[in-house]
Amino acid sequence: MQAALSVALDYAKAQGARQIHRLQLQIGELSGVDPDALAFAFDVVSNDTLADKAELELISVPVTCYCSSCQQTFQPLEWVYECPCCHRLSVDIRQGRMLELTSLEIS
Amino acid sequence: MCGHYGCEDTRQTLSLHQNVLDKNDHYAEHNRSMFQHLLVLNILSSPGAGKTTLIQRILHDVDLISGADPLNRPQGTVQPGVIVGDLATDRDAERLRQTDQPVIQINTGNLCHLEAKSVGKAAQQLELDNLNLLIIENVGNLVCPAVYDLGEDLRIVLMSVTEGEDKPLKYPTMFKSAHVVVITKIDIADVVGFNLEEVLGYLRLIAPQALVFELSAMTGEGLTKFYAYLNQSLFQRVASTVV
Repeated sequence: MQAALSVALDYAKAQGARQIHRLQLQIGELSGVDPDALAFAFDVVSNDTLADKAELELISVPVTCYCSSCQQTFQPLEWVYECPCCHRLSVDIRQGRMLELTSLEIS
Repeated sequence: MCGHYGCEDTRQTLSLHQNVLDKNDHYAEHNRSMFQHLLVLNILSSPGAGKTTLIQRILHDVDLISGADPLNRPQGTVQPGVIVGDLATDRDAERLRQTDQPVIQINTGNLCHLEAKSVGKAAQQLELDNLNLLIIENVGNLVCPAVYDLGEDLRIVLMSVTEGEDKPLKYPTMFKSAHVVVITKIDIADVVGFNLEEVLGYLRLIAPQALVFELSAMTGEGLTKFYAYLNQSLFQRVASTVV
């Protein structure tokens, strides 16, 4: 969370903002980040910063895999990345590892 | 509000789409360019799975690994260096220095994982030109280290027979990031009732991308296959970076 906040504060300061009102983060399901833990950490690390009173919006991004046999993407339901059509396991992960600061609302 | 009539907070939304791990990724790419002539291993596991013992064994066996090509081609010598991460103490580094090979200890303080920046700094204390193998022993933790690219070539995740067959199911993010999974302490598998077929089944489901080895760093069981793999990974890489 400190990395995310640090990125947000850098942008806010570059814009001459006095306050951050809202942060929107996209968290991939395979990013290794737990949204509840992130929210808890945000409360702690944002104290006495421009993001002190900011609302945190966390959007979970599901994993998307690619099946080379069926030549299509799919979203696995569980941790076994099995193509719903041919049932082969995919190791080609196209989306789901990201931890992205998507937007900031400032003034 | 500034208190003056007509003056309002002007809120604006900045659309950023900024990768939060950009800074670490940037340092990781810098490490990759520093490590171009090296094979770099990132060794990950829970505390106590046997990372240090396996690395100790590797350092002890460099001559064996140098000669471990299955086709018996003359390959050259393995020249290792090690970077160890722990919250505190340099006990692991001290153990590893008994083999006279260069070892740098990073103490992370409260940080539960290694990051690319500190690994890069530690690497500058090694004479990288004299090495062809860099082994990074990560902090014992199956959660956070999965997220941080250190600039490695191979992520090697260890799990020991005392940890339970369902480890891969419980830590899918870590196991899905592994190039190699090593099941350690195989010499006591029977004593603890470890079911190897069960864990291999889980690994095929959760981490089908990973090569799996079973070994004991204490008795040497299973090391031949693992060393052949290290030998091929190292000398294929060296061959591909020779201009």
